[in-house]
Amino acid sequence: MNHLSFIAAAYGLTLVVVLVFAIGAWRRGVAAQRRLAALDPRNATTMPGDAA
Amino acid sequence: MSNTNTFGPAGLNLHRFANPGRFLRLSGAVLPWLAVSGVVITAIGLGWGLFLAPADWQQGDAVRIMYVHVPAAWLASLGYVMLACASLASLVWRHPLADLAAAEIGPVGAGITAICLATGSLWGKPMWGAWWVWDARMTSVLVLFFLYLGHIALVRAFDDQQRGYRAAAILALVGVVNLPIIKFSVEWWNTLHQPASITLSGAPSMAPALLWPLLVSAIGFNLGFAAVVVARLRAAVMERRIRALLLARARNDLQNA
Repeated sequence: MNHLSFIAAAYGLTLVVVLVFAIGAWRRGVAAQRRLAALDPRNATTMPGDAA
Repeated sequence: MSNTNTFGPAGLNLHRFANPGRFLRLSGAVLPWLAVSGVVITAIGLGWGLFLAPADWQQGDAVRIMYVHVPAAWLASLGYVMLACASLASLVWRHPLADLAAAEIGPVGAGITAICLATGSLWGKPMWGAWWVWDARMTSVLVLFFLYLGHIALVRAFDDQQRGYRAAAILALVGVVNLPIIKFSVEWWNTLHQPASITLSGAPSMAPALLWPLLVSAIGFNLGFAAVVVARLRAAVMERRIRALLLARARNDLQNA
């Protein structure tokens, strides 16, 4: 495979950026859900005005 | 009298999906499917492009960079369209979920545009002999990256968050003018960048052996982008709820003191 270093750098960079965003979003969601459950255990995933 | 609301006829009542509580429930069900399908389809597309697709007769194996660069480029523009739509909904209907959606799309769009620019540079060096040239396509995508950065900065620039959302929404809508410039830059100006190989109006000028992995990869990128944005938006909705609960608790404590 020619130009292997350029190809590896392009795929590696893409993977790193995507992983940073995906893991960041997942960790932020878990932290928010945990905090919300601690503050308001009954309605951790519901909002005011949310019709049944 | 027809049954319509601000977001269209009752059959397409999008407003009810914009309710934060309903959004959390729906997105909680959809997110795992989005994430898994995004990862699997992207892996198939990239694996296909990297190991099974043939090398280009002119570019050799360097053409394999296309399978990350082109989906990122398409998604950078599509993400901006989504940002502009959320900004329009925020300015016209003042819906709080639209504000949050715009704020969460911005950083992910900037990340994708950075991938597009960096992989383009990594493709350009072996093919053109230069990491960067100030041609119309590359410069207009760089402007798109700066528009995303400007949006991120404006959202956080004001003490009053609503003012930040409004200023960022205006910037996002003004920046839409850059999208046709990106699309048609290779036709309007003489550039190093090749013209579009895939158009809506005509047959693709690319061999099917190269085209299919590109399309699969692009679908995977779109699903992955949607999954990350939905996950960030879910977190943002919950964080807003946390702030509201803490504020209510502080008010109660103050009244009882």
